[in-house]
Amino acid sequence: MKEMDGLWVKCKQCQQIFLVKELEKNLKVCRCGYHYRMTAQERIDSLIDEGTFIEWDKELVTKDPLRFPGYAQKIQKCQSDTSMAEAIVTGQGDIHGIPVAIGAMDSRFIMASMGAVVGEKIVRAAEKALEKGWPLILFSASGGARMQEGVLSLMQMARTSAALTRLSEAGLPFFSVLTDPTTGGVTASFAMLGDLIIAEPAALIGFTGPRVIEQTIRQKLPAGFQRSEFLQKHGMVDIIIERPKMKAQLATLLSLHMPMAGGVND
Amino acid sequence: MALPLEFEKPLFELETKINELRTFSQEKGLDFSSEIATLEMKAEELRQKIYRDLTPWQQAQLARHPDRPNTVEYIRLMIQDFFELKGDRLYGDDPAILGGVGRFLGRPVTVIGHVKGKDTKENIYRNFGMPHPEGYRKALRLMRQAAKFNRPIFCFIDTPGAYCGIGAEERGQAEAIARNLFEMAGFPVPIISVIIGEGGSGGALALGVADRVMMMEHAVYSVASPESAASILFKDAGLAPTAAAAMGITAERLKELQLIDRIVPEPSGGAHRNPAGTAKELADAFAAELEQLLSLSKEELVQKRYEKYRNLGLHTIETAQEAF
Repeated sequence: MKEMDGLWVKCKQCQQIFLVKELEKNLKVCRCGYHYRMTAQERIDSLIDEGTFIEWDKELVTKDPLRFPGYAQKIQKCQSDTSMAEAIVTGQGDIHGIPVAIGAMDSRFIMASMGAVVGEKIVRAAEKALEKGWPLILFSASGGARMQEGVLSLMQMARTSAALTRLSEAGLPFFSVLTDPTTGGVTASFAMLGDLIIAEPAALIGFTGPRVIEQTIRQKLPAGFQRSEFLQKHGMVDIIIERPKMKAQLATLLSLHMPMAGGVND
Repeated sequence: MALPLEFEKPLFELETKINELRTFSQEKGLDFSSEIATLEMKAEELRQKIYRDLTPWQQAQLARHPDRPNTVEYIRLMIQDFFELKGDRLYGDDPAILGGVGRFLGRPVTVIGHVKGKDTKENIYRNFGMPHPEGYRKALRLMRQAAKFNRPIFCFIDTPGAYCGIGAEERGQAEAIARNLFEMAGFPVPIISVIIGEGGSGGALALGVADRVMMMEHAVYSVASPESAASILFKDAGLAPTAAAAMGITAERLKELQLIDRIVPEPSGGAHRNPAGTAKELADAFAAELEQLLSLSKEELVQKRYEKYRNLGLHTIETAQEAF
Protein backbone atom coordinates (compact mmCIF):
# COMPACT_ATOMS: atom_id res chain seq x y z
CA MET A 1 0.00 0.00 0.00
CA LYS A 2 1.63 3.21 -1.20
CA GLU A 3 0.10 5.48 1.38
CA MET A 4 1.72 3.39 4.08
CA ASP A 5 5.30 3.65 2.89
CA GLY A 6 7.51 5.33 5.41
CA LEU A 7 6.69 6.44 8.91
CA TRP A 8 3.58 8.52 8.37
CA VAL A 9 0.35 8.09 6.49
CA LYS A 10 -2.30 10.55 5.40
CA CYS A 11 -5.78 9.06 5.67
CA LYS A 12 -7.62 8.87 2.37
CA GLN A 13 -10.88 9.80 4.03
CA CYS A 14 -10.20 12.30 6.81
CA GLN A 15 -6.89 13.64 5.45
CA GLN A 16 -5.36 13.54 8.95
CA ILE A 17 -1.79 12.35 9.31
CA PHE A 18 -0.98 9.39 11.53
CA LEU A 19 1.95 7.21 12.46
CA VAL A 20 1.92 4.05 10.39
CA LYS A 21 2.55 2.04 13.58
CA GLU A 22 -0.53 3.53 15.20
CA LEU A 23 -2.68 2.59 12.21
CA GLU A 24 -1.32 -0.94 12.14
CA LYS A 25 -1.98 -1.34 15.85
CA ASN A 26 -5.60 -0.51 15.14
CA LEU A 27 -5.81 -3.24 12.43
CA LYS A 28 -5.41 -0.63 9.69
CA VAL A 29 -8.56 1.23 10.65
CA CYS A 30 -8.21 5.02 10.87
CA ARG A 31 -9.68 6.95 13.81
CA CYS A 32 -12.25 8.29 11.35
CA GLY A 33 -13.39 4.72 10.67
CA TYR A 34 -11.77 4.29 7.26
CA HIS A 35 -10.80 0.64 6.73
CA TYR A 36 -7.57 0.20 4.80
CA ARG A 37 -7.13 -3.01 2.83
CA MET A 38 -5.38 -5.84 4.67
CA THR A 39 -3.07 -8.50 3.35
CA ALA A 40 -4.21 -12.09 3.75
CA GLN A 41 -1.60 -12.70 6.44
CA GLU A 42 -2.64 -9.60 8.40
CA ARG A 43 -6.22 -10.82 8.19
CA ILE A 44 -5.39 -14.26 9.54
CA ASP A 45 -3.26 -12.75 12.31
CA SER A 46 -6.11 -10.45 13.30
CA LEU A 47 -8.56 -13.32 13.74
CA ILE A 48 -6.86 -16.58 14.59
CA ASP A 49 -5.63 -17.40 18.11
CA GLU A 50 -1.87 -17.14 18.29
CA GLY A 51 -0.02 -20.31 17.40
CA THR A 52 -3.08 -22.23 16.15
CA PHE A 53 -2.93 -21.44 12.42
CA ILE A 54 -1.87 -24.19 10.02
CA GLU A 55 -1.78 -23.15 6.38
CA TRP A 56 -3.01 -25.50 3.65
CA ASP A 57 -1.93 -25.92 0.02
CA LYS A 58 0.58 -23.13 0.30
CA GLU A 59 2.59 -24.12 -2.79
CA LEU A 60 -0.22 -24.62 -5.30
CA VAL A 61 0.44 -22.78 -8.58
CA THR A 62 -1.06 -22.51 -12.05
CA LYS A 63 0.53 -24.13 -15.10
CA ASP A 64 -0.75 -21.24 -17.25
CA PRO A 65 -2.77 -23.58 -19.48
CA LEU A 66 -3.59 -20.98 -22.12
CA ARG A 67 0.01 -19.69 -22.30
CA PHE A 68 -1.68 -16.33 -21.93
CA PRO A 69 0.62 -13.48 -23.06
CA GLY A 70 2.36 -11.94 -20.05
CA TYR A 71 0.58 -14.09 -17.46
CA ALA A 72 3.58 -16.12 -16.26
CA GLN A 73 5.59 -12.93 -15.71
CA LYS A 74 2.70 -11.32 -13.88
CA ILE A 75 2.39 -14.31 -11.55
CA GLN A 76 6.12 -14.27 -10.91
CA LYS A 77 6.12 -10.60 -10.06
CA CYS A 78 3.21 -11.03 -7.65
CA GLN A 79 4.93 -13.99 -6.06
CA SER A 80 8.11 -12.05 -5.45
CA ASP A 81 6.24 -8.93 -4.27
CA THR A 82 4.00 -10.80 -1.81
CA SER A 83 5.92 -13.99 -0.99
CA MET A 84 2.68 -15.82 -1.72
CA ALA A 85 2.21 -18.48 -4.39
CA GLU A 86 -1.35 -17.33 -5.12
CA ALA A 87 -4.06 -14.84 -4.21
CA ILE A 88 -5.60 -16.64 -1.24
CA VAL A 89 -4.39 -18.08 2.06
CA THR A 90 -6.39 -21.02 3.42
CA GLY A 91 -5.94 -23.07 6.52
CA GLN A 92 -7.21 -24.05 9.91
CA GLY A 93 -7.07 -22.26 13.22
CA ASP A 94 -9.03 -21.31 16.31
CA ILE A 95 -11.15 -18.22 16.87
CA HIS A 96 -11.38 -17.80 20.66
CA GLY A 97 -10.90 -21.53 20.94
CA ILE A 98 -13.39 -22.54 18.22
CA PRO A 99 -11.70 -24.46 15.39
CA VAL A 100 -12.54 -23.22 11.88
CA ALA A 101 -11.50 -23.61 8.28
CA ILE A 102 -10.63 -20.14 7.01
CA GLY A 103 -9.57 -18.40 3.84
CA ALA A 104 -8.50 -14.83 3.17
CA MET A 105 -7.90 -13.28 -0.23
CA ASP A 106 -5.09 -10.85 -0.91
CA SER A 107 -5.86 -8.07 -3.37
CA ARG A 108 -2.17 -7.37 -4.01
CA PHE A 109 -2.04 -10.58 -6.06
CA ILE A 110 -3.57 -9.75 -9.50
CA MET A 111 -6.46 -8.08 -7.66
CA ALA A 112 -7.07 -11.46 -5.95
CA SER A 113 -8.76 -12.63 -9.13
CA MET A 114 -9.98 -16.23 -9.06
CA GLY A 115 -8.22 -18.73 -11.29
CA ALA A 116 -7.92 -22.48 -10.91
CA VAL A 117 -5.61 -22.32 -7.89
CA VAL A 118 -7.79 -19.92 -5.89
CA GLY A 119 -10.83 -22.04 -6.79
CA GLU A 120 -9.11 -25.27 -5.84
CA LYS A 121 -7.93 -23.91 -2.50
CA ILE A 122 -11.48 -22.84 -1.66
CA VAL A 123 -12.89 -26.21 -2.74
CA ARG A 124 -10.31 -28.02 -0.60
CA ALA A 125 -11.03 -25.76 2.37
CA ALA A 126 -14.75 -26.53 2.06
CA GLU A 127 -14.03 -30.25 1.78
CA LYS A 128 -11.73 -30.12 4.80
CA ALA A 129 -14.41 -28.28 6.79
CA LEU A 130 -16.87 -30.99 5.78
CA GLU A 131 -14.48 -33.75 6.77
CA LYS A 132 -13.72 -32.20 10.16
CA GLY A 133 -17.20 -30.88 10.84
CA TRP A 134 -15.86 -27.33 11.15
CA PRO A 135 -17.45 -24.05 10.12
CA LEU A 136 -15.97 -22.34 7.05
CA ILE A 137 -15.19 -18.62 6.96
CA LEU A 138 -14.02 -16.91 3.78
CA PHE A 139 -12.85 -13.31 3.64
CA SER A 140 -13.37 -12.07 0.09
CA ALA A 141 -11.52 -9.28 -1.67
CA SER A 142 -11.39 -9.76 -5.39
CA GLY A 143 -11.75 -8.21 -8.79
CA GLY A 144 -13.53 -11.36 -9.96
CA ALA A 145 -12.61 -14.13 -12.36
CA ARG A 146 -9.05 -14.21 -13.70
CA MET A 147 -9.18 -13.29 -17.39
CA GLN A 148 -5.82 -14.95 -18.09
CA GLU A 149 -7.28 -18.40 -17.42
CA GLY A 150 -10.32 -17.95 -19.66
CA VAL A 151 -13.30 -20.25 -19.14
CA LEU A 152 -11.29 -22.23 -16.61
CA SER A 153 -11.58 -19.26 -14.27
CA LEU A 154 -15.31 -19.04 -14.95
CA MET A 155 -15.58 -22.69 -13.92
CA GLN A 156 -14.19 -21.83 -10.48
CA MET A 157 -17.50 -20.10 -9.78
CA ALA A 158 -19.26 -23.41 -10.38
CA ARG A 159 -16.67 -25.45 -8.48
CA THR A 160 -16.63 -23.31 -5.34
CA SER A 161 -20.43 -23.10 -5.32
CA ALA A 162 -20.79 -26.88 -5.70
CA ALA A 163 -18.42 -27.44 -2.77
CA LEU A 164 -20.56 -25.11 -0.66
CA THR A 165 -23.70 -27.00 -1.67
CA ARG A 166 -22.19 -30.08 -0.02
CA LEU A 167 -21.15 -28.21 3.09
CA SER A 168 -24.62 -26.76 3.37
CA GLU A 169 -26.31 -30.14 2.96
CA ALA A 170 -24.21 -31.40 5.87
CA GLY A 171 -25.60 -28.60 8.03
CA LEU A 172 -22.26 -26.89 8.53
CA PRO A 173 -22.17 -23.10 8.66
CA PHE A 174 -20.42 -20.97 6.05
CA PHE A 175 -19.81 -17.32 6.89
CA SER A 176 -18.90 -15.08 3.99
CA VAL A 177 -17.18 -11.84 4.94
CA LEU A 178 -17.00 -9.24 2.19
CA THR A 179 -14.16 -6.76 2.29
CA ASP A 180 -13.08 -3.98 -0.04
CA PRO A 181 -13.38 -4.70 -2.95
CA THR A 182 -15.49 -7.79 -3.74
CA THR A 183 -16.75 -7.84 -7.32
CA GLY A 184 -17.40 -9.95 -10.41
CA GLY A 185 -17.26 -13.72 -10.41
CA VAL A 186 -16.33 -13.93 -6.74
CA THR A 187 -19.41 -11.97 -5.67
CA ALA A 188 -21.48 -14.01 -8.13
CA SER A 189 -20.40 -17.29 -6.55
CA PHE A 190 -19.16 -18.25 -3.08
CA ALA A 191 -19.14 -14.74 -1.60
CA MET A 192 -22.94 -14.41 -1.90
CA LEU A 193 -23.64 -17.93 -0.63
CA GLY A 194 -22.93 -17.51 3.06
CA ASP A 195 -25.43 -18.65 5.65
CA LEU A 196 -24.38 -15.31 7.03
CA ILE A 197 -23.15 -12.54 4.79
CA ILE A 198 -21.06 -10.09 6.75
CA ALA A 199 -19.33 -7.00 5.41
CA GLU A 200 -16.73 -4.55 6.62
CA PRO A 201 -17.96 -0.93 6.58
CA ALA A 202 -17.93 0.94 3.26
CA ALA A 203 -16.48 -1.97 1.26
CA LEU A 204 -17.13 -1.89 -2.48
CA ILE A 205 -19.31 -4.93 -3.26
CA GLY A 206 -20.98 -5.62 -6.57
CA PHE A 207 -21.28 -7.74 -9.65
CA THR A 208 -20.14 -5.21 -12.24
CA GLY A 209 -17.59 -2.61 -11.17
CA PRO A 210 -18.86 0.99 -10.93
CA ARG A 211 -16.64 2.27 -13.76
CA VAL A 212 -18.11 -0.22 -16.23
CA ILE A 213 -21.67 0.52 -15.10
CA GLU A 214 -21.10 4.25 -15.56
CA GLN A 215 -19.74 3.69 -19.04
CA THR A 216 -22.65 1.41 -19.94
CA ILE A 217 -25.55 3.48 -18.67
CA ARG A 218 -23.84 6.88 -19.16
CA GLN A 219 -25.07 8.13 -15.84
CA LYS A 220 -23.33 9.18 -12.66
CA LEU A 221 -23.88 6.60 -9.96
CA PRO A 222 -25.55 7.69 -6.71
CA ALA A 223 -23.31 8.31 -3.68
CA GLY A 224 -22.70 5.17 -1.65
CA PHE A 225 -23.73 2.91 -4.56
CA GLN A 226 -22.37 -0.64 -4.14
CA ARG A 227 -20.99 0.04 -0.67
CA SER A 228 -21.69 -2.33 2.24
CA GLU A 229 -24.42 -0.09 3.67
CA PHE A 230 -26.15 0.12 0.26
CA LEU A 231 -26.13 -3.67 -0.04
CA GLN A 232 -27.47 -4.08 3.46
CA LYS A 233 -30.27 -1.62 2.71
CA HIS A 234 -31.14 -3.68 -0.38
CA GLY A 235 -31.25 -6.93 1.54
CA MET A 236 -27.96 -8.48 0.42
CA VAL A 237 -25.90 -8.27 3.62
CA ASP A 238 -26.83 -9.47 7.12
CA ILE A 239 -24.40 -7.63 9.34
CA ILE A 240 -21.78 -4.92 8.96
CA ILE A 241 -18.97 -5.41 11.46
CA GLU A 242 -16.11 -3.00 12.10
CA ARG A 243 -12.74 -4.69 11.95
CA PRO A 244 -11.72 -4.19 15.60
CA LYS A 245 -14.89 -6.08 16.64
CA MET A 246 -14.66 -8.76 13.97
CA LYS A 247 -12.94 -11.51 15.93
CA ALA A 248 -15.14 -11.29 19.03
CA GLN A 249 -18.35 -11.09 17.02
CA LEU A 250 -17.37 -13.97 14.76
CA ALA A 251 -16.69 -16.08 17.84
CA THR A 252 -20.15 -15.30 19.23
CA LEU A 253 -21.81 -15.96 15.88
CA LEU A 254 -19.91 -19.25 15.57
CA SER A 255 -21.12 -20.31 19.01
CA LEU A 256 -24.69 -19.49 17.96
CA HIS A 257 -24.31 -21.94 15.07
CA MET A 258 -23.04 -24.88 17.10
CA PRO A 259 -25.37 -27.86 17.49
CA MET A 260 -26.34 -28.31 21.13
CA ALA A 261 -26.41 -31.69 22.83
CA GLY A 262 -29.99 -32.48 23.74
CA GLY A 263 -31.16 -29.51 21.66
CA VAL A 264 -33.47 -29.41 18.64
CA ASN A 265 -30.71 -30.85 16.50
CA ASP A 266 -30.57 -34.16 18.31
CA MET B 1 -31.22 -11.35 -44.09
CA ALA B 2 -28.64 -9.43 -42.14
CA LEU B 3 -25.59 -7.88 -43.75
CA PRO B 4 -22.71 -10.31 -44.30
CA LEU B 5 -19.80 -10.26 -41.86
CA GLU B 6 -16.57 -8.82 -43.24
CA PHE B 7 -14.96 -12.23 -43.85
CA GLU B 8 -18.12 -13.55 -45.52
CA LYS B 9 -18.23 -10.82 -48.17
CA PRO B 10 -16.45 -12.68 -51.01
CA LEU B 11 -18.85 -15.59 -50.54
CA PHE B 12 -21.90 -13.33 -50.48
CA GLU B 13 -20.78 -11.56 -53.64
CA LEU B 14 -20.42 -14.89 -55.40
CA GLU B 15 -23.79 -16.11 -54.13
CA THR B 16 -25.45 -12.89 -55.28
CA LYS B 17 -23.91 -13.36 -58.72
CA ILE B 18 -25.23 -16.93 -58.94
CA ASN B 19 -28.72 -15.77 -57.99
CA GLU B 20 -28.64 -12.99 -60.54
CA LEU B 21 -27.54 -15.39 -63.26
CA ARG B 22 -30.29 -17.82 -62.29
CA THR B 23 -32.95 -15.09 -62.45
CA PHE B 24 -31.58 -13.81 -65.73
CA SER B 25 -31.59 -17.28 -67.27
CA GLN B 26 -35.19 -17.85 -66.19
CA GLU B 27 -36.38 -14.49 -67.46
CA LYS B 28 -34.69 -14.82 -70.82
CA GLY B 29 -35.21 -18.55 -71.20
CA LEU B 30 -31.49 -19.09 -71.70
CA ASP B 31 -29.57 -22.10 -70.41
CA PHE B 32 -26.70 -21.15 -68.08
CA SER B 33 -26.84 -24.34 -66.05
CA SER B 34 -23.21 -25.36 -66.62
CA GLU B 35 -21.95 -21.84 -65.74
CA ILE B 36 -24.16 -21.86 -62.64
CA ALA B 37 -22.90 -25.30 -61.63
CA THR B 38 -19.27 -24.16 -61.95
CA LEU B 39 -19.96 -21.06 -59.88
CA GLU B 40 -21.78 -23.09 -57.27
CA MET B 41 -18.84 -25.44 -56.97
CA LYS B 42 -16.59 -22.43 -56.51
CA ALA B 43 -18.95 -21.04 -53.88
CA GLU B 44 -18.96 -24.32 -51.99
CA GLU B 45 -15.14 -24.43 -51.99
CA LEU B 46 -14.98 -20.86 -50.76
CA ARG B 47 -17.58 -21.60 -48.08
CA GLN B 48 -15.61 -24.60 -46.82
CA LYS B 49 -12.41 -22.59 -46.73
CA ILE B 50 -13.84 -19.53 -44.99
CA TYR B 51 -15.65 -21.42 -42.24
CA ARG B 52 -12.88 -23.97 -41.66
CA ASP B 53 -10.19 -21.38 -41.00
CA LEU B 54 -12.08 -18.91 -38.82
CA THR B 55 -10.06 -16.95 -36.29
CA PRO B 56 -11.47 -16.87 -32.73
CA TRP B 57 -12.62 -13.30 -33.31
CA GLN B 58 -14.42 -14.30 -36.53
CA GLN B 59 -16.01 -17.15 -34.58
CA ALA B 60 -17.23 -14.63 -32.01
CA GLN B 61 -18.78 -12.53 -34.78
CA LEU B 62 -20.44 -15.58 -36.31
CA ALA B 63 -21.70 -16.65 -32.87
CA ARG B 64 -23.43 -13.26 -32.61
CA HIS B 65 -24.88 -13.38 -36.12
CA PRO B 66 -28.39 -11.91 -35.96
CA ASP B 67 -29.76 -14.60 -38.27
CA ARG B 68 -28.51 -17.44 -36.06
CA PRO B 69 -31.32 -19.57 -34.64
CA ASN B 70 -32.07 -18.42 -31.10
CA THR B 71 -33.63 -20.24 -28.16
CA VAL B 72 -37.16 -19.51 -29.41
CA GLU B 73 -36.41 -21.19 -32.74
CA TYR B 74 -34.71 -24.22 -31.25
CA ILE B 75 -37.67 -24.74 -28.93
CA ARG B 76 -40.04 -24.48 -31.87
CA LEU B 77 -37.95 -27.00 -33.83
CA MET B 78 -37.16 -29.45 -31.02
CA ILE B 79 -39.83 -29.31 -28.32
CA GLN B 80 -43.48 -30.30 -28.61
CA ASP B 81 -46.39 -29.01 -26.48
CA PHE B 82 -44.26 -26.13 -25.25
CA PHE B 83 -45.78 -23.74 -22.71
CA GLU B 84 -43.86 -20.68 -21.68
CA LEU B 85 -44.01 -20.08 -17.92
CA LYS B 86 -43.34 -16.56 -16.75
CA GLY B 87 -42.14 -14.67 -13.74
CA ASP B 88 -39.91 -15.15 -10.72
CA ARG B 89 -42.74 -14.69 -8.15
CA LEU B 90 -40.57 -12.09 -6.45
CA TYR B 91 -40.34 -9.07 -8.69
CA GLY B 92 -41.19 -9.57 -12.33
CA ASP B 93 -40.73 -11.41 -15.58
CA ASP B 94 -37.52 -11.00 -17.53
CA PRO B 95 -37.87 -11.49 -21.31
CA ALA B 96 -34.08 -11.96 -21.62
CA ILE B 97 -34.62 -15.48 -20.26
CA LEU B 98 -37.40 -17.69 -21.50
CA GLY B 99 -38.50 -20.84 -19.75
CA GLY B 100 -41.23 -23.38 -19.75
CA VAL B 101 -42.31 -27.00 -20.03
CA GLY B 102 -42.71 -29.14 -23.09
CA ARG B 103 -42.03 -32.55 -24.50
CA PHE B 104 -38.82 -33.93 -25.94
CA LEU B 105 -39.14 -37.33 -27.65
CA GLY B 106 -42.33 -37.83 -25.69
CA ARG B 107 -40.77 -37.03 -22.31
CA PRO B 108 -41.73 -33.92 -20.33
CA VAL B 109 -38.78 -31.55 -19.95
CA THR B 110 -38.12 -28.12 -18.52
CA VAL B 111 -36.48 -25.81 -21.04
CA ILE B 112 -34.78 -22.54 -20.16
CA GLY B 113 -32.71 -20.24 -22.32
CA HIS B 114 -31.41 -16.76 -22.87
CA VAL B 115 -33.09 -15.05 -25.79
CA LYS B 116 -31.49 -12.48 -28.04
CA GLY B 117 -33.79 -10.59 -30.36
CA LYS B 118 -33.80 -10.92 -34.14
CA ASP B 119 -34.21 -7.21 -34.79
CA THR B 120 -33.81 -3.95 -32.92
CA LYS B 121 -37.35 -3.90 -31.59
CA GLU B 122 -37.16 -7.44 -30.25
CA ASN B 123 -33.65 -6.84 -28.94
CA ILE B 124 -34.88 -3.91 -26.90
CA TYR B 125 -37.68 -6.08 -25.52
CA ARG B 126 -35.22 -8.92 -24.76
CA ASN B 127 -32.55 -6.51 -23.49
CA PHE B 128 -30.14 -8.07 -26.04
CA GLY B 129 -30.25 -11.31 -24.09
CA MET B 130 -28.77 -9.72 -20.97
CA PRO B 131 -30.80 -10.86 -17.96
CA HIS B 132 -31.65 -9.03 -14.78
CA PRO B 133 -31.71 -10.92 -11.47
CA GLU B 134 -35.38 -11.78 -11.97
CA GLY B 135 -34.43 -13.72 -15.10
CA TYR B 136 -32.08 -15.95 -13.13
CA ARG B 137 -34.61 -16.28 -10.32
CA LYS B 138 -37.29 -17.33 -12.81
CA ALA B 139 -34.87 -19.91 -14.18
CA LEU B 140 -34.22 -21.18 -10.66
CA ARG B 141 -37.93 -21.40 -9.91
CA LEU B 142 -38.47 -23.47 -13.05
CA MET B 143 -35.50 -25.72 -12.26
CA ARG B 144 -36.83 -26.35 -8.76
CA GLN B 145 -40.12 -27.36 -10.36
CA ALA B 146 -38.28 -29.66 -12.72
CA ALA B 147 -36.63 -31.33 -9.74
CA LYS B 148 -39.99 -31.64 -7.98
CA PHE B 149 -41.70 -33.23 -10.97
CA ASN B 150 -38.67 -35.25 -12.00
CA ARG B 151 -38.20 -33.63 -15.39
CA PRO B 152 -34.82 -33.27 -17.12
CA ILE B 153 -33.64 -29.70 -17.58
CA PHE B 154 -32.38 -28.35 -20.93
CA CYS B 155 -30.62 -24.98 -20.94
CA PHE B 156 -29.86 -22.90 -24.02
CA ILE B 157 -27.09 -20.38 -23.42
CA ASP B 158 -26.91 -17.27 -25.58
CA THR B 159 -25.95 -14.07 -23.81
CA PRO B 160 -23.26 -11.40 -23.88
CA GLY B 161 -23.49 -11.52 -20.07
CA ALA B 162 -25.71 -10.52 -17.18
CA TYR B 163 -26.98 -6.96 -17.46
CA CYS B 164 -25.03 -4.33 -15.62
CA GLY B 165 -27.10 -1.47 -14.32
CA ILE B 166 -28.29 0.16 -11.13
CA GLY B 167 -31.46 -1.90 -10.78
CA ALA B 168 -29.64 -5.16 -11.47
CA GLU B 169 -27.13 -4.40 -8.73
CA GLU B 170 -29.83 -3.24 -6.28
CA ARG B 171 -31.78 -6.44 -6.75
CA GLY B 172 -28.71 -8.64 -6.29
CA GLN B 173 -27.42 -9.71 -9.70
CA ALA B 174 -24.45 -11.46 -8.09
CA GLU B 175 -26.61 -13.27 -5.54
CA ALA B 176 -29.04 -14.42 -8.22
CA ILE B 177 -26.24 -15.95 -10.31
CA ALA B 178 -24.51 -17.49 -7.28
CA ARG B 179 -27.76 -19.06 -6.08
CA ASN B 180 -28.25 -20.77 -9.44
CA LEU B 181 -24.72 -22.22 -9.38
CA PHE B 182 -25.27 -23.44 -5.83
CA GLU B 183 -28.61 -25.11 -6.47
CA MET B 184 -27.83 -26.50 -9.91
CA ALA B 185 -25.04 -28.51 -8.27
CA GLY B 186 -27.67 -30.42 -6.31
CA PHE B 187 -30.77 -30.98 -8.47
CA PRO B 188 -31.48 -34.72 -8.74
CA VAL B 189 -32.54 -34.56 -12.40
CA PRO B 190 -30.39 -34.54 -15.55
CA ILE B 191 -29.24 -31.08 -16.61
CA ILE B 192 -27.91 -30.58 -20.13
CA SER B 193 -26.74 -27.17 -21.32
CA VAL B 194 -25.78 -26.04 -24.78
CA ILE B 195 -24.13 -22.80 -25.79
CA ILE B 196 -25.95 -21.94 -29.01
CA GLY B 197 -24.35 -18.56 -29.72
CA GLU B 198 -22.50 -16.44 -27.24
CA GLY B 199 -21.77 -17.68 -23.72
CA GLY B 200 -20.58 -14.62 -21.84
CA SER B 201 -19.33 -14.74 -18.29
CA GLY B 202 -21.23 -15.55 -15.10
CA GLY B 203 -24.44 -14.54 -16.82
CA ALA B 204 -24.00 -17.58 -19.09
CA LEU B 205 -22.74 -19.93 -16.40
CA ALA B 206 -25.90 -19.31 -14.36
CA LEU B 207 -27.61 -21.66 -16.85
CA GLY B 208 -24.50 -23.74 -17.40
CA VAL B 209 -23.80 -25.92 -14.35
CA ALA B 210 -24.83 -29.18 -15.97
CA ASP B 211 -24.13 -32.89 -16.26
CA ARG B 212 -23.23 -32.26 -19.87
CA VAL B 213 -22.13 -29.00 -21.41
CA MET B 214 -22.32 -28.88 -25.20
CA MET B 215 -21.34 -26.17 -27.64
CA MET B 216 -22.55 -25.54 -31.15
CA GLU B 217 -19.62 -25.66 -33.54
CA HIS B 218 -19.58 -21.89 -34.09
CA ALA B 219 -20.56 -20.83 -30.58
CA VAL B 220 -18.12 -19.12 -28.24
CA TYR B 221 -17.83 -19.31 -24.47
CA SER B 222 -15.73 -16.90 -22.47
CA VAL B 223 -15.07 -15.53 -19.01
CA ALA B 224 -15.73 -12.03 -20.37
CA SER B 225 -16.64 -10.77 -23.81
CA PRO B 226 -13.51 -10.24 -25.95
CA GLU B 227 -14.24 -6.50 -25.87
CA SER B 228 -14.38 -6.25 -22.10
CA ALA B 229 -11.44 -8.62 -21.61
CA ALA B 230 -9.43 -6.39 -23.95
CA SER B 231 -10.41 -3.27 -22.05
CA ILE B 232 -9.54 -4.89 -18.70
CA LEU B 233 -6.28 -6.47 -19.79
CA PHE B 234 -4.98 -4.12 -22.46
CA LYS B 235 -7.00 -0.98 -21.60
CA ASP B 236 -8.23 -0.98 -25.20
CA ALA B 237 -11.50 -2.57 -26.32
CA GLY B 238 -10.21 -2.34 -29.90
CA LEU B 239 -7.87 -5.24 -29.13
CA ALA B 240 -10.85 -7.61 -28.83
CA PRO B 241 -9.49 -9.89 -31.61
CA THR B 242 -6.25 -10.33 -29.62
CA ALA B 243 -8.16 -11.06 -26.43
CA ALA B 244 -10.43 -13.51 -28.26
CA ALA B 245 -7.41 -15.43 -29.49
CA ALA B 246 -5.65 -15.42 -26.13
CA MET B 247 -8.62 -16.52 -24.01
CA GLY B 248 -9.48 -19.71 -25.87
CA ILE B 249 -13.16 -19.17 -26.57
CA THR B 250 -13.99 -21.55 -29.42
CA ALA B 251 -15.71 -24.92 -29.09
CA GLU B 252 -12.67 -26.71 -30.46
CA ARG B 253 -10.25 -25.10 -28.00
CA LEU B 254 -12.55 -25.60 -25.02
CA LYS B 255 -13.02 -29.27 -25.89
CA GLU B 256 -9.23 -29.63 -26.02
CA LEU B 257 -8.99 -28.01 -22.58
CA GLN B 258 -11.61 -30.52 -21.36
CA LEU B 259 -13.95 -27.73 -20.28
CA ILE B 260 -16.88 -28.81 -22.44
CA ASP B 261 -18.19 -32.28 -23.25
CA ARG B 262 -19.44 -32.22 -26.82
CA ILE B 263 -19.39 -30.14 -29.99
CA VAL B 264 -22.57 -30.14 -32.07
CA PRO B 265 -21.78 -29.78 -35.80
CA GLU B 266 -23.27 -26.95 -37.84
CA PRO B 267 -23.78 -26.73 -41.58
CA SER B 268 -21.03 -25.01 -43.52
CA GLY B 269 -21.60 -21.28 -43.13
CA GLY B 270 -23.24 -21.58 -39.73
CA ALA B 271 -26.48 -22.69 -38.13
CA HIS B 272 -28.54 -19.95 -39.81
CA ARG B 273 -27.85 -21.52 -43.23
CA ASN B 274 -30.03 -24.45 -42.18
CA PRO B 275 -31.86 -23.99 -38.86
CA ALA B 276 -33.98 -27.14 -39.19
CA GLY B 277 -30.97 -29.33 -39.99
CA THR B 278 -29.01 -27.80 -37.14
CA ALA B 279 -31.88 -28.35 -34.73
CA LYS B 280 -31.98 -31.99 -35.80
CA GLU B 281 -28.26 -32.37 -35.00
CA LEU B 282 -28.80 -30.68 -31.66
CA ALA B 283 -31.83 -32.84 -30.85
CA ASP B 284 -29.76 -35.95 -31.59
CA ALA B 285 -27.05 -34.72 -29.23
CA PHE B 286 -29.59 -34.03 -26.47
CA ALA B 287 -31.14 -37.45 -27.01
CA ALA B 288 -27.80 -39.26 -26.79
CA GLU B 289 -26.67 -37.44 -23.64
CA LEU B 290 -30.07 -37.73 -22.01
CA GLU B 291 -30.19 -41.47 -22.56
CA GLN B 292 -26.89 -41.90 -20.71
CA LEU B 293 -27.95 -39.67 -17.84
CA LEU B 294 -31.34 -41.35 -17.41
CA SER B 295 -29.60 -44.65 -16.74
CA LEU B 296 -28.16 -43.22 -13.51
CA SER B 297 -29.88 -43.15 -10.14
CA LYS B 298 -30.55 -39.74 -8.61
CA GLU B 299 -27.70 -40.21 -6.15
CA GLU B 300 -25.28 -41.26 -8.89
CA LEU B 301 -26.34 -38.32 -11.03
CA VAL B 302 -25.65 -35.74 -8.32
CA GLN B 303 -22.44 -37.51 -7.27
CA LYS B 304 -21.13 -37.62 -10.84
CA ARG B 305 -22.01 -33.99 -11.41
CA TYR B 306 -20.07 -33.08 -8.28
CA GLU B 307 -17.08 -35.13 -9.41
CA LYS B 308 -17.20 -33.56 -12.85
CA TYR B 309 -16.83 -30.08 -11.39
CA ARG B 310 -14.55 -31.25 -8.58
CA ASN B 311 -12.03 -32.55 -11.10
CA LEU B 312 -12.47 -29.89 -13.77
CA GLY B 313 -9.19 -28.22 -14.72
CA LEU B 314 -7.08 -30.01 -12.11
CA HIS B 315 -4.59 -30.73 -14.86
CA THR B 316 -3.84 -27.00 -15.01
CA ILE B 317 -2.39 -26.68 -11.50
CA GLU B 318 0.60 -28.16 -9.70
CA THR B 319 2.58 -27.96 -6.50
CA ALA B 320 5.55 -25.65 -6.90
CA GLN B 321 9.02 -26.90 -6.08
CA GLU B 322 10.11 -23.69 -4.45
CA ALA B 323 8.86 -22.74 -1.02
CA PHE B 324 6.76 -19.65 -0.39
